[in-house]
Amino acid sequence: MDSDFFSVDNLAITFGGLRAVDRVSFTINRRSIFSIIGPNGAGKTTIFNCISGLYKPDSGKIIFKGEEITGLKPHRIAMKGIARTFQNIELFLRMTTMENLMLGRHIHTKTGVWSGSTFFRRGSKAAREEITHREQVERIIDLLDLQSARDQFVGGLPYGTQKLVELGRALALEPELLLLDEPSAGMNSEERQDLTFWVKDIQEELGVTILLIEHNMQLVRDISDRVLAINFGRPIGEGIPEEVQNDPEVLKAYLGEEESIDAVS
Amino acid sequence: MDMKRDYYEDIQLLDSKVLWFWFLILIASLIILPFLIPNYYIYMVNYMAVNVIVTVGLNILVGYTGQISLGHAGFFAIGAFITVLSMTNLHLPFLLALLLAAFVAAFFGFILGLPALRLKGPYLAIATLGFGLAITQVIGRWQIFGGRMGLEAPGLTLQGLFFSGGSYTLESDRQLYFLIIPIAFVLTTAARNLMKTRVGRAFIAIRDSDIAAETMGVNTVYYKTLAFAISAFYTGIAGGLYAFLIGFINPSSFSFILSIYFLTFVIVGGLGSIFGSIMGGITMTWLILKLDKVQELPYLGDILSAFSERWMSVTGFPNISSIIFGLIIILIVLFEPLGLYGFWIRTKIYWKTWPF
Ligand SMILES: Nc1ncnc2c1ncn2[C@@H]1O[C@H](COP(=O)(O)OP(=O)(O)OP(=O)(O)O)[C@@H](O)[C@H]1O
Ligand SMILES: [Mg+2]
Repeated sequence: MDSDFFSVDNLAITFGGLRAVDRVSFTINRRSIFSIIGPNGAGKTTIFNCISGLYKPDSGKIIFKGEEITGLKPHRIAMKGIARTFQNIELFLRMTTMENLMLGRHIHTKTGVWSGSTFFRRGSKAAREEITHREQVERIIDLLDLQSARDQFVGGLPYGTQKLVELGRALALEPELLLLDEPSAGMNSEERQDLTFWVKDIQEELGVTILLIEHNMQLVRDISDRVLAINFGRPIGEGIPEEVQNDPEVLKAYLGEEESIDAVS
Repeated sequence: MDMKRDYYEDIQLLDSKVLWFWFLILIASLIILPFLIPNYYIYMVNYMAVNVIVTVGLNILVGYTGQISLGHAGFFAIGAFITVLSMTNLHLPFLLALLLAAFVAAFFGFILGLPALRLKGPYLAIATLGFGLAITQVIGRWQIFGGRMGLEAPGLTLQGLFFSGGSYTLESDRQLYFLIIPIAFVLTTAARNLMKTRVGRAFIAIRDSDIAAETMGVNTVYYKTLAFAISAFYTGIAGGLYAFLIGFINPSSFSFILSIYFLTFVIVGGLGSIFGSIMGGITMTWLILKLDKVQELPYLGDILSAFSERWMSVTGFPNISSIIFGLIIILIVLFEPLGLYGFWIRTKIYWKTWPF
């Protein structure tokens, strides 16, 4: 039963001749942490964009809980229980942290135009719904230690905090599958340690399955159950963290990158 | 961690006794106001209220959802003509006619929202501009809309608000005041509530990041068209009230320039703020009505209009009021991009920390 929780089968997409993702397949077990690694431009984010419906893959299938979700509209995919964060933070900058997280409750709430515009007291339908969901969001705020940012506009928050707000917003959707695109990018080592701890918590306590893109190998090693390495859109190795990290081909892919970095500097 | 919060406070309109006090003062003053000021000023206040409704409606679309419209004069016209026509031809009572007109406007708003799903920025601006122009053209050509001559608003009676017929006529600006102000009040409060809850958040989310909004489960197609429809609904109501405020409507009162004026109300008031919309609608209406009279100023008026006739106008008509209007808008946008709302916030902060 476990194996048909989430799987990607022969996923491929090209952009004007560039094979950004080229026949990638993998399977994620429920309640596990699965990481995708690879050098810059390998196609990691593109895989996320296909899963969350922002891109339509040229071919391949994406199966979630036994159901094909390939090519569905992004909001449909969200409603199935898949949430994500973005590599370049995509927050609602002129909303407060609380409002950002409340937006995360969108699919679990119902207030429409009429009840939303006509509530006038605590007992009104819209007000009751608002109160209940604010309470739930408050728990996420506590979990991620965001109390001090609660009523601040997120546009003014430091980068690391913004990343957490984005994580919180994704959690507010109560996803079964959570896609995290380089969550630790731009964080200092203390923030990164907290993050490692929270991601582990989210998996263990909340039972959320996590698909992670991450450049920090320490973090990947610490929390991943399985790792997939890709380069130029092609899978080049899959297995438990140690296996993949010592795989000659993976080392070569990263080495190639480092050499080019050295050459530049 | 024992900071128990009252979550209702976050969305409550009046969250303290002090605010309730001021709110009641406001209501009371609104009730006695028309008995204290001369007729012309009551007319002015009515006009302000109509423009506040438009500004709030347009702000929902532009300021909250981040979509542009240069065609709102079209919805305003639809509201005005449909209200009048459904009273004269269908013999609907006023309030029903007004509601019908608003829903017709909302329907057109929905239709106009469809291209908005594919168009962004300048392209959307052009599409909505085309819509506004088309509406005035259609209204100007069709006989049923009175053609170029326009239509006269039928007499309003007190019973006629709810049923057809009736004898107690509402004619004076003061009587209209008690019709327009409550409607403006209700619509403004409703908009404020809506923006505080789920639908409003979806609008703002689309404005700030439509990609994030849709991956969080917001059906952006639905909410974008909804924003157009609600915005048009508000503008339609305002149009219907305007017809009775002026008493007479013809296509030329709904020109492209009016759409631009509406947009300036929103920008001057402050994008994405209901309170700003109220301030924007009020001050800009005041400004427009005052500037119309600039020529009547002693000495200065003559000089200004002679100047503008001689140097600023191709047609030889004095256009000093438009020039001053434009100048004021440029200054506001330049020095207070957040509009009057931004100005208000800063003053509030200033007084909070005063005298330190
Ligand atoms: N919408 C697009 N149009 C054209 N090319 C694209 C598009 N999206 C991605 N690409 C290209 O696809 C390739 C893979 O990009 P992607 O963002 O998936 O890389 P990545 O593995 O996430 O890299 P990084 O580690 O830098 O985030 C890149 O060459 C990129 O330029
Ligand atoms: Mg990436």
